[in-house]
Amino acid sequence: MSITYLEAIREAQFEALRENPNVFLYGQDISTFGGAFKATKNLSREFPGRVFDAPISEDAMIGMAIGAAIEGARPIVEMQFADFSSVGFNQIVNQAATLFWRTNTTCPITIRLPSGGTPGSGPFHSQSMESIYAHYPGLVILSPATVEDAYWMLLESVKLDDPVIFCEHKFLYYHLKAEGFGEPMPIGKARIARPGRDATIVTYSAMLHESLRAAEELRIDGYEVEVVDLRSVKPMDTDTILASVARTGRLLAVGESFPWGGVTAEVIARVSSEAFHLLDAPPMRLNSKDTPIPYHPNLWKSHRPTTANISSALRQLLRY
Amino acid sequence: MPVTETSPIIATAPQSELRDDYLKTLRCMILSRTLEEKLGSLYRAGGRIVGGVYLGRGQEAFSAAAGIHLRWGKDIYGPLIRDQAGRIAYGEPVLDTMRTYLGAVTGPMRGRDGNIHRGQPQKGYMAMISHLGSLLSVVAGALFARRLQGRLGDTAGATSIGDGGTSTGAFHEGLNMAAVEKLPLVVSVANNQFAYSTPTSRQYACENLVDRAVGYGVAGHSVDGTDLLACMQVFRTAFENARAGQGPQMVVGRLLRLGGHGEHDDASYVPDIKKHEHEGRDCLIVAQRQVIELGWATATEIEDWHKNARREVDKAQAQASKEPTPDPYRENWHALSTPELVEGMNE
Ligand SMILES: Cc1ncc(C[n+]2csc(CCOP(=O)(O)OP(=O)(O)O)c2C)c(N)n1
Ligand SMILES: [Mg+2]
Repeated sequence: MSITYLEAIREAQFEALRENPNVFLYGQDISTFGGAFKATKNLSREFPGRVFDAPISEDAMIGMAIGAAIEGARPIVEMQFADFSSVGFNQIVNQAATLFWRTNTTCPITIRLPSGGTPGSGPFHSQSMESIYAHYPGLVILSPATVEDAYWMLLESVKLDDPVIFCEHKFLYYHLKAEGFGEPMPIGKARIARPGRDATIVTYSAMLHESLRAAEELRIDGYEVEVVDLRSVKPMDTDTILASVARTGRLLAVGESFPWGGVTAEVIARVSSEAFHLLDAPPMRLNSKDTPIPYHPNLWKSHRPTTANISSALRQLLRY
Repeated sequence: MPVTETSPIIATAPQSELRDDYLKTLRCMILSRTLEEKLGSLYRAGGRIVGGVYLGRGQEAFSAAAGIHLRWGKDIYGPLIRDQAGRIAYGEPVLDTMRTYLGAVTGPMRGRDGNIHRGQPQKGYMAMISHLGSLLSVVAGALFARRLQGRLGDTAGATSIGDGGTSTGAFHEGLNMAAVEKLPLVVSVANNQFAYSTPTSRQYACENLVDRAVGYGVAGHSVDGTDLLACMQVFRTAFENARAGQGPQMVVGRLLRLGGHGEHDDASYVPDIKKHEHEGRDCLIVAQRQVIELGWATATEIEDWHKNARREVDKAQAQASKEPTPDPYRENWHALSTPELVEGMNE
């Protein structure tokens, strides 16, 4: 049975709804229509009265989910695109993220962000928001790169008593397929996606696949590049990163989001401050360019990291 | 939806039926005023209260008349900055207010948050964040969940906003959503004519805020916020309608903030003339006169209520002052409830 990343997300929601009557889905066009990407296809029919169309009110959608969670519900909120979560930003970072710490009341909400670029999507349907949300205490930020993680981590998100920002990548929706869901791995642990000894790439989400291809290219030159898939941006599994850098002595952090600050900067900062002595070369990072995300595919392909520029960054790192 | 104008002359419920609730509410107003006067003087004395003090002076009637219709532990309440009286009427102990203002760890916020930012969400008593407008959708969500779980019953929810807060996108989104879901929600809009220093002429261009109710598809009620009897009547109707499944009810009270935005503010921007207008009446003085005129209480009884209130407030202050403030070395510094996911836990 071949299953896509998108189907995994649908299946996880099916399973979450089946397992717990307190789970409900809330989002724009997600009920009978099945969502802009069909991530909730048929769920309103399979679970009548549990899948609700929301008004175009991201602030109220998240606020509503928080109130429902306080009363014991476990809402999954779909943002139509990650980009629109900026309108619900206040509820996420100030209401949801502070609730447990302030009041000892848990806030089990899952917010699904269809993230990242696809050709022709332009500045407002392509963003990666994980770094923004990771900055705030009180949130768990997940960024599955595989079909297996898309399924298991979403299911696990709904069971967590803390607010989860679930950054699912739109580019992987249809492109990525697997035979079944495999075995779950715990949230908060990174995974060695490809072992190696010459350099470490730390990455996540769609950039995992670009990085794996780059590692494969370098194999032809005789290099063994280790690729670490963070899986969870926050908490970040520093131990696995440090252990990898201890083996390789070289680090490249790759992310699709904008270059100022963010996840890749955090990776570099942690390794530099905690394991400077392990490094044989200055750590490098690769992100998108510091402009809005372009519409035209010609521009878009050069805006984000790709196999080609990850490979050339790796060569530079290995030459040092 | 009809927009009903309620005035004290056209009573929607016979006055006699309101007697017991009215008396309870008036006592809450007295307790609230006494407590807030204490908080104000503690603030001015300096030292004990860290951070700001935000009072509801002049808004007690409007706030408490809503709060008295809510059942502690059953209904959902999301009060705001000027709702000390409503909180008391709902059932929050005065001690919790003191503990929060004094930063005692025994209080509901344990020193992690303070003053008006307090509540016990597990009990349906939401703890406001500062961002105005953002609580409405949270209260609505709590009601939504209860309905989903089949335990809504006759639950009602209530929350408040000021004239300024109605300009936020969050307020608009929240009320619209609550209306779409037809939730049993009462939204109090305390039009006290100022948002910090900004007069309503710089806040909105509509004639009257209650006119917006029609646009949202919710029932609108308008009331003289300085008149306790009128407030009792209008909120009784609003809560009855909400509980009966008629969807959100928006109650706009006309009044004046009788003080600064916070105790740090002398409100010199409020023109003197405003204080002499009808809205500038002190609702507590009005109610104390009203209750005697109605023959429901005597001046001696009112004096006793004040004495009891002072005793209760002093007792709460004495107790909260003795209690420990937070110790940074005993704080676990966990923002997440799942310990395994707290960063740095393995180190
Ligand atoms: C979204 C937001 N912006 C600004 C503030 C700062 N602020 C706190 S209270 C206040 C005035 C509120 O006025 P109003 O809503 O009329 O309530 P009132 O203080 O008169 O009771 C402002 C501007 C805030 N708390 N939230
Ligand atoms: Mg105001």
